[in-house]
Amino acid sequence: MTGSVHSAVTPAVALTSLHATGIQDAAGLLLAFPLIAAVVLLLGGKRTNSWGHWLGVAMPVLSFIYAVAAFAQMLGYTASQRSRELTLFTFINVARFQVPLGLRLDQLSICFVLLITGVGSLICIFAVGYMSHDPERRRFFGYMNLFLAAMLLLVLGSNYLVLYAGWEGVGLASYLLIGFWQYKPSAAVAAKKAFIANRVGDVGLSLAIMLMFFQFGTVGFTGVFGAVHSASHGVVLAIGLLLLLGACGKSAQVPLQSWLLDAMEGPTPVSALIHAATMVTAGVYLIVRSAPIFDLSLGARTAVAIVGAVTLLVGAIIGCAKDDIKKALAGSTMSQIGYMMLAAGLGPAGYVFAIAHLLAHGFFKAGLFLGAGSVKHEMDDEVDMRRFGGLRKIMPITYVTFGLGYLAIIGVPPLSGFFTKDPIIDAAFAKGGTSGALLGTAALLGAGITAFYMTRVMFMTFFGDRRWDDKVHPHEAPRIMTAPMIVLAFGSVFAGGLLIVDNRLLNFLAPVVHTPPPSHGIWTRYGIITLVLVVLGGVLAWAMYRREVPVTAPAGNLVTVAARKDLYGDSINEGLLMRPGQWLTRLSVFFDNRGLDGLVNTVAATFGGTSGRVRRVENGFVRSYALSMLVGAVLLVGALLLVRL
Amino acid sequence: MVSPAHFIALSVILFVIGAVGVLVRRNAIVIFMSVELMLNAANLAFVTFARMHGTLDGQIIAFFVMVVAAAEVVVGLAILTAIFRARRSASVDDANLMKY
Amino acid sequence: MTHPIILAGPAAETTRLLAYWILAIASVAAALGMILARRAVHCALLLAVVMLSLAVFYAMEGAPFLAFVQIIVYTGAVLMLFLFVLMIVGISSADSIIETIRGQRMWAALTGIAMLVLLSLVIGHAVIGPAGPSTAQFGNSNVSSLAHLIFTKYVFQFEITSALLITAAVGAMVLAHRERTSPKPTQRELAEKRIASAHPTPLPGPGTYALHNAVDMPALLPDGSQSELSVSPVISGRPLPSQEEPPRELPAGQEAGDQ
Repeated sequence: MTGSVHSAVTPAVALTSLHATGIQDAAGLLLAFPLIAAVVLLLGGKRTNSWGHWLGVAMPVLSFIYAVAAFAQMLGYTASQRSRELTLFTFINVARFQVPLGLRLDQLSICFVLLITGVGSLICIFAVGYMSHDPERRRFFGYMNLFLAAMLLLVLGSNYLVLYAGWEGVGLASYLLIGFWQYKPSAAVAAKKAFIANRVGDVGLSLAIMLMFFQFGTVGFTGVFGAVHSASHGVVLAIGLLLLLGACGKSAQVPLQSWLLDAMEGPTPVSALIHAATMVTAGVYLIVRSAPIFDLSLGARTAVAIVGAVTLLVGAIIGCAKDDIKKALAGSTMSQIGYMMLAAGLGPAGYVFAIAHLLAHGFFKAGLFLGAGSVKHEMDDEVDMRRFGGLRKIMPITYVTFGLGYLAIIGVPPLSGFFTKDPIIDAAFAKGGTSGALLGTAALLGAGITAFYMTRVMFMTFFGDRRWDDKVHPHEAPRIMTAPMIVLAFGSVFAGGLLIVDNRLLNFLAPVVHTPPPSHGIWTRYGIITLVLVVLGGVLAWAMYRREVPVTAPAGNLVTVAARKDLYGDSINEGLLMRPGQWLTRLSVFFDNRGLDGLVNTVAATFGGTSGRVRRVENGFVRSYALSMLVGAVLLVGALLLVRL
Repeated sequence: MVSPAHFIALSVILFVIGAVGVLVRRNAIVIFMSVELMLNAANLAFVTFARMHGTLDGQIIAFFVMVVAAAEVVVGLAILTAIFRARRSASVDDANLMKY
Repeated sequence: MTHPIILAGPAAETTRLLAYWILAIASVAAALGMILARRAVHCALLLAVVMLSLAVFYAMEGAPFLAFVQIIVYTGAVLMLFLFVLMIVGISSADSIIETIRGQRMWAALTGIAMLVLLSLVIGHAVIGPAGPSTAQFGNSNVSSLAHLIFTKYVFQFEITSALLITAAVGAMVLAHRERTSPKPTQRELAEKRIASAHPTPLPGPGTYALHNAVDMPALLPDGSQSELSVSPVISGRPLPSQEEPPRELPAGQEAGDQ
């Protein structure tokens, strides 16, 4: 199946959706709750400052409660009837182009909805404590709720255009939140960078939607997936690659990865929610949702897998050299999403594991970020790990939750990462051939490097000697901040196991993504090799960082220098795009000024100059006029002669 | 044998001389006289063509040209005297205010 | 049909040829002189030469009426009118040689040559046939044939031309008329002015006590100097002949004072 262009498993039942009934019929509430909070908080202004944050917390919680109810209702249906759609109103109604604002509640979207609302609520609770000293807290919650509404719209959309609307909305919210402290020039620049990089990806997505409409006459999921069989290979490949471009932009994959590390300028809850758990996973959602398209194009799938493999290595290498704890975690996010993309690129064999890793990653990465936020909050907004050290005794709860997240991410059994990452590596090797071997090797290496840099982070932050000034007095974070971290730690520990053992998620998602159950058990030989590599990486980091950590960063070798510079991602962008763009602009301006304006001015000047010269013929003397009359008469006679001759 | 071609040639030469005279002289009366020369040359041509065609129409035209030339001279010289009284100069170059 | 003026026969041919060539050269030379002469009166007289030659040509070409009209009207009236106006305007107003407009002479010469060339081409291409025979419509004499044509075929043009003549005459009167800017002084006022002025006596006439009594000879004052008041200011623009020349030997039969 993995080698053929057309997938053999295409049951028609998963492509049709029934109409939503009962509680699910009110799925618009999922969007309405956060949207109301956003509108009230942003339009209400300073009057809502005193209670705004509680509204900003209550709404995501309400959405989560509703999501749980809808999920319970869905579990009551049989597997083939779980996909439900409802229409809020008709969005576009123009001749052949009909687009309803429709929501689709099926197995895939409910997973995301639960993740978004659940983790989102926890992070909002955390943010109440984290942002307590910030006078703009109300605005922050307005933006956060705006983000939640847009993200929910993205995953709930029943057609690509509604998905695109949500896509753009989360891009906007990301820009607003990264640049939340807009008086900081670095934050403003980072926000702009994120938005522009996202925009480049958005071009891909919008072109894909246009191509879909052009080819199929519809952009709805049922319509497109039903008609995609009739399209030519070239068109399907094109749509797949364009969707991949959009996903790269949103999920910070190579080549559009440069914005993610700069996005850490935003407040830590933002990094936790948007740039770890939810927004950056939207790309993976897009690819998994478009599974019928990717199933038909081997070229597109291969591209996705290659992008994933490259990014997981790039992110890991960058994470090794960053001294900023948030940037190290950002590199880790980039790398883990690379894993998800790699899994998605493996076709039906990997979709479920991509989603499983995504859900588990949502828990442990959010937990890691909240832990980093708690440390930063206590260390007087210091993020340089070289100034941390020995924090485990001072901040025990943070240490434990962060530690559990750390064990989960490096894949120590029986925590989440082990259950979700190993199947990806297995599936990569199971692809067979050179490509499978290469992808699998990359994934293995990535696992080892992940262990290395995460252990480095752990040791630099929580172990060793204290390296901070006397001005800083860290102590444990307040309960409002530690409570969400504890809840997320539970997720870090148990989520992976719950999803993978007994193929629970696989069976749940089967009608949507058709992943066949793996033929191996939990322990495979690649799992053992992975574990060995993980231990090796961890031991190496322990050896390097357990005692002496210099406060100023030492000059590293070539790889370290490159990693500190984000593997020259910014330089490449500048050289390849920015400078040629600047030159093009300058050329256009020059051409416009000299060329076009010059042309117009020359024409005008020619006329002016000529008339200035010719004017002198009118010298007032009658004899000159008589001369011109005579010359005219001569010319006339000459012309008459020529005609007669 | 004096053919009409001779007279036409002479007429052409006199006409051109008159035309050049209009252009190079500054005295208004001399310019006027050059115009008279041109008219006379035209008259000669008319009469020659009349002889060539064997009709008298050319002579009639020449006759009328003479009459009209006389009337024109009368009025033109009257204007000239009026201008001379005002400006004390008969040069046509003095009227050069309509310039750029 | 023979005509007293139109010559015929082989002897007439050479006469005609000779007459043509001499008069043609004379008229061209006179025309050139006319445009090149410095003094306006010379121009007028040279134009008279051209006109008279043309009158002879008209006579040669079987237009006797026109020939006489040319002499009487054109040369005798129109040209004399020119001379009268020259008197009024000033004989001394000579053109300076310097051309004030840049390039005028060159362009005038070029245009003249171009015109000459073009018109020569026209002549060359036009079919100029020999003289045609006189048709019967002429009647017996040139004058009556012309009259016949004027009053039948061209009567409308004739009437218009007469209206034009009347208009021209009236127009000339209007243009040459001087409006009085001050009331006309009565004889009494003139007399009062004369008595009050520096010279109550009449102005001396020209030539008084002079050797010659020409109009342009100023009178001599008692101390022997010339009196400028005696010569019209128009004439006095010219340099006046000297009074100092000794009297010439008069040819026999002439008295002193004849000029």
